[in-house]
Amino acid sequence: MRNNPLAFLASPFRTLLLLGSAALGTSSFAQEGQVHGNFSADGQLYNDDTDIGAEAPPQTFALNSWMNLQFTKGPFSAGGRFEVYQPALLGYPAGSPYKGSGVGYRYASYSLADLDVTIGNFYEQFGQGLIFRSYEERYLGVDNAMDGVRVKYKPYRGVYLKGFAGQQRGSFDNGLVNGTGILRGFDAEVSLNELLDSLWTHKWNLIVGGSFVSKYQQDQDPLYVIPENVGAYSGRLNLVSSKWNIYTEYAYKVNDPNSKNGYIYKPGQAYMVNATYSTKGLGISAGTHAFDNMFFQSRYAAPSPFDLNVNFLPPLAKQHTYNLPATLYPYATQPNGEIAHQAEVFYKFKKGSALGGKYGTKIAVNYSVAYGLDSTRMSFVTDSTRTGYRTNDFFGALKGERQYFSDFNVELRKKVSEKWELALTYINLVYDIEVIQGKAGKPVIFGDMFILEGLHSFNDRNSLRFEAQHLSTKQDLGNWATAVAEFTFSPHWFLAAQDQYNYGGSVKVDELHYPIGSVGYIRGGNRFQFNYGRQRAGIFCVGGVCRQVPAANGLTVSVTSTF
Amino acid sequence: MKNLLASLLLSFPLLLAAQNGGKLPSVMVQTMDGKKVNTSTFSNNGKPMVINFWATWCAPCKRELAAISEKYADWQAKTGVKLIAISIDDARSMNRVAPYVNGQDWDYEVYLDPNADLKRALNVNNVPHTFLIDGKGQIVWQHNNYEPGDENELFAKIKELTGAK
Repeated sequence: MRNNPLAFLASPFRTLLLLGSAALGTSSFAQEGQVHGNFSADGQLYNDDTDIGAEAPPQTFALNSWMNLQFTKGPFSAGGRFEVYQPALLGYPAGSPYKGSGVGYRYASYSLADLDVTIGNFYEQFGQGLIFRSYEERYLGVDNAMDGVRVKYKPYRGVYLKGFAGQQRGSFDNGLVNGTGILRGFDAEVSLNELLDSLWTHKWNLIVGGSFVSKYQQDQDPLYVIPENVGAYSGRLNLVSSKWNIYTEYAYKVNDPNSKNGYIYKPGQAYMVNATYSTKGLGISAGTHAFDNMFFQSRYAAPSPFDLNVNFLPPLAKQHTYNLPATLYPYATQPNGEIAHQAEVFYKFKKGSALGGKYGTKIAVNYSVAYGLDSTRMSFVTDSTRTGYRTNDFFGALKGERQYFSDFNVELRKKVSEKWELALTYINLVYDIEVIQGKAGKPVIFGDMFILEGLHSFNDRNSLRFEAQHLSTKQDLGNWATAVAEFTFSPHWFLAAQDQYNYGGSVKVDELHYPIGSVGYIRGGNRFQFNYGRQRAGIFCVGGVCRQVPAANGLTVSVTSTF
Repeated sequence: MKNLLASLLLSFPLLLAAQNGGKLPSVMVQTMDGKKVNTSTFSNNGKPMVINFWATWCAPCKRELAAISEKYADWQAKTGVKLIAISIDDARSMNRVAPYVNGQDWDYEVYLDPNADLKRALNVNNVPHTFLIDGKGQIVWQHNNYEPGDENELFAKIKELTGAK
C-alpha cells in the first residue's frame, strides 16, 4: 500500500466520511453541487433441498449490497461505492471471492473543454474490446475496474485520444483488492466526418482507430520463462451512412503463456467484421469473427476465466430473453479458438397490409453458428519453441474442426386486438456442452423450443402476461416445460408465478418442479421484490457474460433505489 | 493531495437532491451512425424529454418502447415531448441496435452507451429505467422497471408538466 499514491483513498471510512460530509454540507453554494447515487441489496434465506441438490450455507442468510455515491460540481466529480458481502450470495461473484464490507470503487475526475482526467477507479474500453475492456456487471459479479489514472483528450475536432495506466480489480476483501499486474494503454480515433467537410463525408463517415495495451507481471513461474511485458495492438475501421454500418477490427497479442492456453508461446490474434443495413421497418445484420489464443488476463495464472480479464471477446449469438433458452444452454465465447458467424433480419409488416393486419406484425429471424479453429497440435519433439499448435485456417474461415454451437430462431410478434398481444418463438439449438460448459463426456445437445407469450390488458392499469415455454431434447436432462403468469397493477405492483418442470421425456430424470412466486412494488426510482421458491441451477447472463448459479431453495429479497 | 481532496469535497457543500432534481450529466454517448454527442446538449426547445434506458436483450424494455411507440405520435402532438432511448448494449450486441430499432419502425432519438458511462452517471441499477426531464433540463420524475400500463402514468406526468389535457 505504501507505494500506492492513491492509498489515502483506500481507507473505506475516510472515503465515506468525505463523501458523507460532502452530502450533508449546506451553504450558499447549495444550488450547484449535487450528490446522487444508487443502492442495491439482494438477500437470500436458504433452505436445504436435497431433491434439487441445494444446500443452505452455514450462515443460512446471504446478502450482497452496495451503494454508489457521486458528487458533481461543474467540471469536478468524485464518488465511491461501499460494498457489503455478508456473506456473498451462493455462486457470486463469477471469479475470485468477495468477502466483508468496504469501499470497492472510488474516483475523482474533472473535465475541462477537451480534456478529461480521472484518478482512482474507472471503466473504459478500446474499440469493441478485443484487447482492452474494463467493465462491470454488478448483478453477475463481474468487475475488472481499473485503478489508476486515465486521460482523455480531444486535440482537434474529430480526433480522440485516450491513455491510461493502472491495476485491475481482482477480488474484494473488506475493500478493493487489485491484481498485481500493471496495465498501460493508449487509443487514438479519428472521425473523418467531424474532421473534414466534404461531399463524401456529408453522406458517409469513416472512423479509424488504433490501440496499444501492455501488461506487466513479474515472472514467478518455477517452470517456464514467462514474458514479463506482454503487448497487444489493434486497429479498427467503421464505415457508416444513414443506412449502412460496417465495422471491422483486428487485434494481435504477442506470446503470452498462461494457465488458460496451457503455457504455450504462440501469439494470439482476433478479427471481427459486422455489417448492418436498415431502413424504416427493416433491419439486417450479419457478422463474423475468429479468435485464436486470445485469453488475455493480467495474471498469467489467474484461477478462473472470470478473473482479471484485460479484453472482452463477445459471443456472436443472440441473447435470448425467455428463461429456458437464456439460462439452460447459452453460448459462451471460447477465447482459445473459435470461428463464429451470425445473421439476423428484423421486419415489420405494415399496418393495413395483408400480413400486417390492423396493428402490424413483427418478425425476427436469427441464425448463429460457432466452430473450433481448424488447427494441428504439434508434437513435443518438433515443437522446440513450445508454440503448441498450428492454426490451419483463420482469415475468412467459414468452418472449423468441430461445431460448438448453432442457434436458428424465429420470432413473430403481433398485436391481435385492442386487448391482446401475442408472440410466438421457435428455436433450434445445437449445443456442445462438453466444450461450452466443460462437462466432459457429455453428448452434443440437439434441442427444439417453442415459446408462446401473451399479453392481455384488462384496462389502462391492469394486465396479465403469460409465457408457455417448451424444450424437447433427447440429450442431457431431456425435456423441460415452463409456465409463467404475471399480473400487473401499474404503476406500483406486480405478482408473478413461475413453474419449471423437468420431465425428461425420452431421457430418464427425477421429474422435478421448480416453482417460484414473486411480488414486487415499484415507486419511482425504488423497487422492492420478494421471491420464494426453488431456483434451478443455471447460467445467468447479462450483456455478454454469464455466471453459473447453483440450485437454491428459499426466500429472496431485492431492493434497488436510485436517488 | 489528501488534504486537497478533503478540502475540495468539504468546501463544496451542496443540496442533497432527494429522489429527483438535478440536471443531466455531461457524458459522451454515440449516435447510431458513430458520432459522439455530449448528453449535456440534449434539448427539446423548452419542452419535456423522456430519457429511457434499454437494451436489445431486455424484454420489458422492448415492451415499454413498443407500447410507447403506438402512442408516440399522439403524445408528441399533445405535449411536444421527445423520447431519447439510451441503449446500454455493449460490444456484444451494440451492432444489433440500429437494425432492431429500424426493424421496429420506432421514431425515437436513439443513442448508444456501450461503456455504461451515462448509465453510471445517472445511477441506473438496472433497465428499463425512465427519467422525465422538464423544459429547463431538470430531472423531475423517474421510474424503474416496466409493467404494461406504466406508460399511462408517464404520459400523465408529461401532461402535468406541459399543462396539456
